[in-house]
Amino acid sequence: MKSHLIWKLLIGLGLIAPAMLVTSCKPRGDAGPKGASGGGMTIQNKGSDTMVNVAQVWAEEYKRVNPQVDVEVSGGGSGVGIAALIKGTIAIANASREMKPEEIEQAKKNTGKEPKEIIVGYDALAVYVHRDNPINEITNEQLAAIFAEGGKVTKWSEMGLRIPGGGDDIVRVSRQSSSGTYEFFREHILNKKDFKLGSRDMNGSKEVVELVASTPTAIGYSGMGYNMPGKVKMLKVAPKAGQPAVEPTVANTLNKNYPIARSLQIYTLGEPQGELKKYVDWILGDAGQHVVEKSGYVPLPPEKRRK
Amino acid sequence: MTDAPENNFTATPLIRKRLRQETMAKWIFFGMAAAMVVPLLLIIGYLAVRAAPSLSLEFILDVPRRGMTAGGIWPALVGTIYLVFLSLAVSAPIGILAAIYLNEYARDNWFNRVINLAVLNLAGVPSIVHALFGLGAFVYAARFGYSIISAALTLAIMTLPVIIASTREALASVPPSFREACWNVGATRWQAIRAVVLPNAISGILTGVILQVSRAAGETAPIMFTGAVFFKAVERGDLFPYYLDEQCMALSMHLYTLSTQVPGVMESIPYATAIVLLGSVLLVNAMAISLRVYLRTRKKW
Amino acid sequence: MNNLPPETPAPAGSAVRGVKRPAWARVGERILEGLIYVCGFSAIVFVLGIFAFVLKEALPIFARESFSLTQFLFSDQWYPTSELNKRYGVFAMIAGTGAVTLLAMAIAVPFGIGAAIFLSEFCGPKLREALKIIIELLAAIPSVVWGFIGLSVMSRLIMQYTGAPVGVNVLNGGIILALMSVPIIVSIGEDALKAVPDSYREAALALGVTKWQLIRRVLLPAAKNGLLAAVLLGVGRGVGETMAVLMATGHAVHIPHSVLDSVRTLTANIAAELGEAPAGSDHYRVLFLTGVLLFTLTFGVNLIADLVVRGIKKR
Repeated sequence: MKSHLIWKLLIGLGLIAPAMLVTSCKPRGDAGPKGASGGGMTIQNKGSDTMVNVAQVWAEEYKRVNPQVDVEVSGGGSGVGIAALIKGTIAIANASREMKPEEIEQAKKNTGKEPKEIIVGYDALAVYVHRDNPINEITNEQLAAIFAEGGKVTKWSEMGLRIPGGGDDIVRVSRQSSSGTYEFFREHILNKKDFKLGSRDMNGSKEVVELVASTPTAIGYSGMGYNMPGKVKMLKVAPKAGQPAVEPTVANTLNKNYPIARSLQIYTLGEPQGELKKYVDWILGDAGQHVVEKSGYVPLPPEKRRK
Repeated sequence: MTDAPENNFTATPLIRKRLRQETMAKWIFFGMAAAMVVPLLLIIGYLAVRAAPSLSLEFILDVPRRGMTAGGIWPALVGTIYLVFLSLAVSAPIGILAAIYLNEYARDNWFNRVINLAVLNLAGVPSIVHALFGLGAFVYAARFGYSIISAALTLAIMTLPVIIASTREALASVPPSFREACWNVGATRWQAIRAVVLPNAISGILTGVILQVSRAAGETAPIMFTGAVFFKAVERGDLFPYYLDEQCMALSMHLYTLSTQVPGVMESIPYATAIVLLGSVLLVNAMAISLRVYLRTRKKW
Repeated sequence: MNNLPPETPAPAGSAVRGVKRPAWARVGERILEGLIYVCGFSAIVFVLGIFAFVLKEALPIFARESFSLTQFLFSDQWYPTSELNKRYGVFAMIAGTGAVTLLAMAIAVPFGIGAAIFLSEFCGPKLREALKIIIELLAAIPSVVWGFIGLSVMSRLIMQYTGAPVGVNVLNGGIILALMSVPIIVSIGEDALKAVPDSYREAALALGVTKWQLIRRVLLPAAKNGLLAAVLLGVGRGVGETMAVLMATGHAVHIPHSVLDSVRTLTANIAAELGEAPAGSDHYRVLFLTGVLLFTLTFGVNLIADLVVRGIKKR
């Protein structure tokens, strides 16, 4: 009978899967945070959405340098990565903000190891508007008035601007609260005050810029690596009214003239060892830094690199 | 029964008005039915047109390149296959046995009504709640970590109701007289099920399994927090790139990250990813449907 | 539920007298039947397990003095990571879920029920088969694909035709959700209409009514419970949907004033923030509490729908 064949198929399927499970679970040193010895291993890497693309290209390129090592990259936000590091479920947390003291404390308590911070590059947090918006520079205070809870500015006309094509209400584009970009902006622009509710909180750095590109009345912040030239404008930012506004460029980031620049870092549990150390060294070397530069961020100056 | 009035009686204005009403109603309802068909075709058509520049065999076989802005979707496709098969291996046996219980063994009492209600509600639990459960139960409590196993188990529980429902339907379509005939020659309940009920229902069960494949392949939320990653470096064409205690890429997740997080992607790539995902899901579904239609024509009772 | 009448005697426990089956066969059968029973009960275990687990993760939040359930449910202040004053109010998200689901139902219910009427009353068997297959395929489109369509196709259309500054909003999410929940409304609605006895139709037609009158005066009243169940299941689908609304509604914590406002739904809120808070933190627990809220909501809706359907079957 024909149905016998189907039976066998089903049973076969039922047998194959557990077999897969058994055979493929433990052929290699336990992956992840404990670090592996020798041959093939997997490095789990999670965190900042700002850095996820850089991390992805690192993983892609490193596969060519060392095919034995698999690097897994996921985003979710700096908070997600740090939370996972505290849990001990990953090897590298990418973060576009620094770990808070209580987070370091928790990590020590949970895993018995001290998180190690390694700066891998810099990023200027650019303020983006639609290309038709006549505004060219903005001050920290203005940004706070637009974004912070209790801030008074809700219309472009209140800043003396008219948006071509009509529309006056400012569409605030922000990030979800697990984002390091969100926290950095809150700390440095809003002075730790909270955001005004009602902003569009995007889940990815790219979404912010894309929404600004399609909305003439929008203003948003995102890493300078996400620029879409010709569709959006990056504003010059002045720390205070009256002071000169500074453009987000590589030079201005490195000499700290640009007011909202930050370091990008990765965290490991304890001093990296073995394959993990090789990977981190590669990231800090010329090849890894070249990736940082090509992704639109600011690489480490040559004297800080490793060979 | 809706025939126009016969010639031997003249329609009064009232009747004519009513008939007009009827025709109008018919067309309105037809329009409403059509309004569901048209979007499906429009959507697929539009996506396909936008995807066209990238769609090729190469796109499927290649790995993502240059920071996922070029290249293909191979690792995501393989990851989805891993997740689907593993979840299937868990939920198909449980689901089929559960359906056998519900249809062949369970009597109509309050306890089994509660089971039925549970199946129904399991189908209604929001996918994000499954994700919460998967994260808490498999990733943290069971210590599987973020891994294919965690994700597949979460998917398995989520798709269980699909397979229970369709297997039950298949079993219920086997006439009771078949079983009675078996029992009358002294077969036990299980013997009757094995000898008569299952062989007659097997194709229907298979339909359910196929439907489950399509459901599992498309889900994103439950795997996002349990085992799917943004990127993993995989060799081109590698058939077994993942170990089960690692995380994997998945098509649905890939589409989500491509459209929200990766800058400078070639315009057509997200569309092509959507088309591959949509195409495989619809293809699998179409298979299940044609199997069912074929069965219905073949049935002898 | 059982296609044997309950009074049918259970078949004999062993084979025909005289023919002894080998012991292993009998034991094997027992074991297998045991397994079948266990699997049969598994659905309950899973549902209870999910609820218990999510609840267990959420409960410790009530021990915090700073947390109040009233504030959680009725405040629109959502500042889970604030450094000055953490506030957990999901009212804006409840409003967002409500608005999107309401709009989706306003679109999907008339169309869904209209289509169900067309399928069961007007259409020939061939066309009906074809339409039902298409509806089934519509139901199979993954939610992330819907989200992608909302984000990349619908949002552009909406900006173009309404002049809204942002294309991802209640309208976008509502239309997408409507398309997603229409199949379930059609298939349950059609079942409900089919369940109306033919004798009702024949009696009405014999009185010389037109089809429209038949539908309005006879079928709709007779099938109203089934149609209600269809709508409820559609609502359940809408409330629980995650990826599509995450991508299509704009994700703003904001009580909407018009369909062109961006909102955030309960499901999208969890999806965006889950995992961020270290397990065990207040934020983590509040997200699980939101999960409990969602579970209860969909459970209630499904339960009512089931009771309504069961009521019909009894009659």
